Amino acid sequence: MAEHNNILDRYTPGARLNHWINAILMICLALSGMSLFHPSLYFLSDLFGGGVWTRIIHPWMGVVAMLSFLGLVIRFWRFNLWTKDDSAWMKNINHVMSGDEAKVPEAGKYNAGQKLVFWSLCVLTILLLTSGLALWDSQFGHLLTIEQKRLAAVVHALSAVALIAVVITHIYAAIWIRGTIRGMTRGSVTGGWAWRHHRKWLREEVGKAK
Amino acid sequence: MANLQSLDIRRRSATTTTPPSQRETVPIAKLIDVSRCIGCKACQSACLEWNDLREEIGVNVGVYDNPHDLTENTWTLMRFTEIDVDGRFEWLIRKDGCMHCDDPGCLKACPAPGAIVQYKNGIVDFVSENCIGCGYCVKGCPFNIPRISAKDQKAYKCTLCSDRVAVGQAPACAKVCPTQAISFGTKSDMVAWADHRIADLKERGYKNAGLYNPAGVGGTHVMYVLKHLDKPEIYAGLPKDPKISPLVELWKGITKPILLAGVGLAALATFFHYVTHGPNEVQTEDEEAAEKMRRDKAA
Repeated sequence: MAEHNNILDRYTPGARLNHWINAILMICLALSGMSLFHPSLYFLSDLFGGGVWTRIIHPWMGVVAMLSFLGLVIRFWRFNLWTKDDSAWMKNINHVMSGDEAKVPEAGKYNAGQKLVFWSLCVLTILLLTSGLALWDSQFGHLLTIEQKRLAAVVHALSAVALIAVVITHIYAAIWIRGTIRGMTRGSVTGGWAWRHHRKWLREEVGKAK
Repeated sequence: MANLQSLDIRRRSATTTTPPSQRETVPIAKLIDVSRCIGCKACQSACLEWNDLREEIGVNVGVYDNPHDLTENTWTLMRFTEIDVDGRFEWLIRKDGCMHCDDPGCLKACPAPGAIVQYKNGIVDFVSENCIGCGYCVKGCPFNIPRISAKDQKAYKCTLCSDRVAVGQAPACAKVCPTQAISFGTKSDMVAWADHRIADLKERGYKNAGLYNPAGVGGTHVMYVLKHLDKPEIYAGLPKDPKISPLVELWKGITKPILLAGVGLAALATFFHYVTHGPNEVQTEDEEAAEKMRRDKAA
């Protein structure tokens, strides 16, 4: 238990590194993917060395991102198991949105919204990985029928947009809830932040203290 | 392959504005009269020769098709089918290759600006230097025509000899065909010529003879005269009612702007939330409460 001067450890250096590797890859994947999704965004392919390079590196970045995401899943899944309190929290999401967290059950390490982000990312990642491999013609083009690849293209586009929407929510929540970002940059949060947003987690952490 | 007719582009892949289209040209078509084809493969040879392509020496597996499929080098292929039609043996020979759809699925699917163009004369051409090798054209095509080269990962297919047509020459295959089974000219002339041929075939008892110019893809600029238009599938799987797959329409149609707008709106929604609700800041009381909890525990 590290609670000095009312500061709590939230993420280990390993977890932070893992998160940011994943974040950088996800942003690169979104930019390169969008460049091939809509003509108005084709200019984004220049960030990756042009259209051909974008086509070549997008799937490789995807593979590395999937491995790093797997690391995050292994680290965090057990903190994201759904509880009864989470359902109650979700029912009162409007209070959370207006910044009135006193009216929802106390949250553990993650609140219901964060858990939803976690699990939707898991599902979307699996969809993106399988459809992405199916679209990777230079590696697996010979294994699938054209009709299967057409379906993969639709699934890939829809789940990518859904994932981007989830990530926008994730990033915004971190910006809106002040004091959150330092958890992922410095690894620690203040006691007050935990009291305000994750009181159950604070109780557990304080309880662990000797 | 060759981007020669730069003032008469009707459609340009991954381009949302009007491409250079000032010059008007007459729609052209190649008419392949399957009933006159003798399967000599001169068209295949002429295609390789004109386009300076070489096919690998293949293996005989007991059929006349050589090579066994279209490849990045073989842009046109004679497909042979032995079949009983209405109790009569027939040897069907169809010259397969790009149909130059009026509504080309390859162009619709292509994400690279200017990698696929459709000229005003109807020719659908791959501008290979703009091709990024993603293979989307393969998914867009209702006829399974484009092939990705293992050498350069670019897509290749019949250009309808756009380079020859641009200087007033007929495509190499049409030029070389010894039985004039392949003719080339304006689309209206070719339809008229086909009508003449179909009337002749009907007179000879082929009551289902007709012109294959499928409406599902807006008509094609490569058309067939078929003795059995009622069942085109017997000609080595020529699709009866080809159209761009609904999945491709979904992927490349209305979903594209809608999904893009969805992402934009999601970002805008978070911004609006911020300007209406402000940041959610930790208060001094929160810090004090946490501090108290810690002290109570220590005590």
